[in-house]
Amino acid sequence: MSEMDTKVQGSAQPEVQEAAPSENKPKRDFTTGPLCLSGRGVTRVFGTGDKKKVAVDHVDFDFHEGEFVSIVGESGSGKTTLSKMLLGLLNVSEGEILFQGKPRDISTRAKKNEYWKGIQAIFQDPFASYNTFHKIDAVLLDCINMRGGKHLPYEKKVEMMTEACSFVNLKFAELTNKYPFELSGGQMQRLMIARIFLLKPKILLADEPTSMVDACSRATILDMLLSLRDEIGMTIIFITHDIGLAYYISDTVYIMEHGKFVEFGKADEVILNPKAPYTKRLISDVPKIHEPWDLDTVVEELA
Amino acid sequence: MNNTIKQLSRSPKFMTGFCMFVAIILFTLIYPLVNPGNPLEMIGVGTFARPGTYVSLYDAVSAQRETFKLADADDKRLAASISDEDRVAMIELFGMAGMELDIEAGDTEALLEAWEANFDTLIQTKMTSAKRKYYTRINNKLLDLKAADTLVVYEQGEEDSKSKIVKTDYVRTGAVANVKTLPLGTDNFGRDVLKELVSAAKTSLMIGLIAGTVATLVGLTLGLLSGYLGGNVDEIIMFITTMFTVIPSFVLLILISYSLGQEQRGPSVVAIVIGLTSWTWTCRSVRSQVISLRNRDHVNLSKLSGHSLGRIIVTDILPYIASYVVMAFILQVSSGILAEAQLSLLGLGPKTTTTPTLGLMMNWAMLYSAHTNGSWWAYFPVILTIACISFSLNLMNTGMDQVFNPALRDG
Ligand SMILES: Nc1ncnc2c1ncn2[C@@H]1O[C@H](COP(=O)(O)OP(=O)(O)O)[C@@H](O)[C@H]1O
Ligand SMILES: [Mg+2]
Repeated sequence: MSEMDTKVQGSAQPEVQEAAPSENKPKRDFTTGPLCLSGRGVTRVFGTGDKKKVAVDHVDFDFHEGEFVSIVGESGSGKTTLSKMLLGLLNVSEGEILFQGKPRDISTRAKKNEYWKGIQAIFQDPFASYNTFHKIDAVLLDCINMRGGKHLPYEKKVEMMTEACSFVNLKFAELTNKYPFELSGGQMQRLMIARIFLLKPKILLADEPTSMVDACSRATILDMLLSLRDEIGMTIIFITHDIGLAYYISDTVYIMEHGKFVEFGKADEVILNPKAPYTKRLISDVPKIHEPWDLDTVVEELA
Repeated sequence: MNNTIKQLSRSPKFMTGFCMFVAIILFTLIYPLVNPGNPLEMIGVGTFARPGTYVSLYDAVSAQRETFKLADADDKRLAASISDEDRVAMIELFGMAGMELDIEAGDTEALLEAWEANFDTLIQTKMTSAKRKYYTRINNKLLDLKAADTLVVYEQGEEDSKSKIVKTDYVRTGAVANVKTLPLGTDNFGRDVLKELVSAAKTSLMIGLIAGTVATLVGLTLGLLSGYLGGNVDEIIMFITTMFTVIPSFVLLILISYSLGQEQRGPSVVAIVIGLTSWTWTCRSVRSQVISLRNRDHVNLSKLSGHSLGRIIVTDILPYIASYVVMAFILQVSSGILAEAQLSLLGLGPKTTTTPTLGLMMNWAMLYSAHTNGSWWAYFPVILTIACISFSLNLMNTGMDQVFNPALRDG
C-alpha cells in the first residue's frame, strides 16, 4: 500500500493529493462498519417485448457507514439506473433494497420524505440540476427548511448558508440574489455540495459529479466529497466511468458491466489484481492523463 | 419574468403585433361610446346603401340657401346624370351607325357634343324598337337637363306656398337638420355596417379569447397530468386525445353545433364548443415537453427535497413551458376567431338575432349576394378585420418565438 501511495503522489493532479485520507488522518477501515444500504437481487427492466432492456440485472451489494464506494462501468452499463433505484426515484422491478439493515419502505409520500432525509444526491450535469427560475438563496433555504430550520431567525439561516458556502470555497455574500446559471459549472457543482453539507444525509449518491466540470474544479470537488466523509461520516456512493479515479479515492469498488457487478472488493485489491476481463480492459483504457501513475505498469510491477 | 418582458418589448415583430391588437381592442371599446345604440338596428329601408354622407332631402329644401355661380357646375351635373351604362350604350350606337368615334366614355363634354350633332342620323340606324325607345329616352333626358332651370317644391295641399329651387342654390351640410354619415354604408337589412362591424369584432374577439382559454386550460391540464404522471393516467388521456385527433376537429365542431340547435347557440356556447374541440394539439405538445422535463435532474432534486406533486408541477415544470403555453394560447385565440367565422359561414354560428359576429356578417353578405352585386362594403371590411386580428396575433407569436428560441432570431 505504501508503495502505491508514493506512486499516487506523482499524479498529474497534485491538488487531489492533499485530500487523500491516507495523508494526514489515521487510517480507518470503513469497509466493515454497520450496514447502511444493501441490495439483494436488485433488477430493473425497461420496456416489454422486443424493446425489453434489462438495465440492472440482479445485483447484490452491501454499503457500510462511512464507506467511500465507487461504482465503475462504461456508459450504458446501468449505473444511473441503479442510482435512481437507490434514491427511490425509480421503481425496482425485482429484488430488494435494505436501508440500515431493514427492508426499505417508501410506499407513501411521508415515508419517502423520511427516506430522503437519509439519502441525497449530486447529479452529473450541474446545468440541469437547478431550477433556473429560483435564486441560489432559495435553493439553500429549502435545505434548511427541510432539516426543520423553517422557524429559525433569518440571521441564523444566513449564518448557516455562509458556513455551507465557505465549506465549498464559495462566498455566500457574492452569491446571494444570483441565479445558478450565473455561476460556472464547477461553482454550481460545489453549490450542490453546499446543499449536501446543509442537509447532512447519511448517504450521498454522486452520479459522475465531476464528468462535466473543468479539471481544476474536479479536484476540489473530490476533495470536498472526501472531507464530507471524513468530517460528517457520510457514506459516499461515487459513480464514475473512470477506474483510475475510483482507485484513487475509494475504499471499495464495484465494477459494473451490462447491468451486472462483475467484480467488487477493496479498491486496491480489485484494481491491482483484477480478475474479470472487463476490469482488466477498463484498467488498460485509463486515459493518458494518468500516465505518471499508469496503472498498467503498476499492475505489471506488482505481478 | 421581468427580463422576458423587457426582451419582448425589444422585439419589433412582437411589439407591432401587440400594438395592432391593442389598437383593435381599444377601437371596439371606444367606438360604441362615440356612436351608441343597437348595432343591429335597421336604419335603412333599402339594402346595401353605399358608404358616404347622406343628406336629408326634405330638410335641405327648407334649409338656409346661398347662391354660388360655379363655372363647372353644369358640366358636373350633366356628367353625374348620365350613368356609366348609358355612356357605354351611347358609344355602342356610334359603332352601330358606322361612325368612328375617338372618345373615352368618361369624357362627358366630347361625348355629348358628338351625340347632339349626330343624334338625328344615329337614331335612324337599324335597331330593335326597344333599343330605339331607350336611346330616345336618353336623348330626352339630356334635353330636359339642359332646358330645365327651376324646380318647384310645395307641400301637398298648399300649392300656393311654393319653394323654387334654381341651379345655383346651395345649402351647407351643417345647415341641414339631418345628415347621416355611413363610412361603410349599410348591409342587406339596412344596418350601419361600421357599427355592426365594431360590435362583431368585439364579440368575435371574446369568442376567440374564451375558446383559447378553454382550449389552453384543458390542453395544459391534461398534458401536464398525462406527461408527469405517466402510466395509466397517461394512457387514458392519450386515448381520449387520439379519439379527438382522428375525428377532424372542424367536423366535430360542425356536429356539436348542429346538434345543439340554433336556440342554444349563444356566442359563449359557441366559444366553449370551439375550445373543447381544439385542445388536443396543446395537450400533445405540453405532454411531450413535460416528459422531457420530468426526467431533468432539477425535478429529481425537487423530489428529493420532499416537494409535493403540485408544487413540483407549478414551480419546476410550469415555468419551463409557460412561454410555450402563452404562444399556444395566442394561436388558439386566432384559430378560435377563424373557426367561428367558418362555422357561421355554414350557418352554424351563434344565434343570429342578438349579436353580430364577424362570421355572421360574412354569412349575411353571402346570403344576400353582396359579392355579386358589387356591395364590397358589406364583406370586405369584415375580411380585413379578421385578417388584421389574425395577423397581429400571429406577429406576436412569431416575435415571441424568436425571443424564446434564439436559434430562430435573424441577424
Ligand atoms: N427510462 C429508460 N427507458 C428505457 N431504457 C432506459 C431508460 N433509462 C436507461 N435505459 C437504458 O438502460 C441502460 C443503462 O442506462 P444508464 O443507467 O443510464 O447507464 P449509465 O448511467 O451507466 O451510462 C441503457 O442501455 C439505457 O438505454
Ligand atoms: Mg449515467
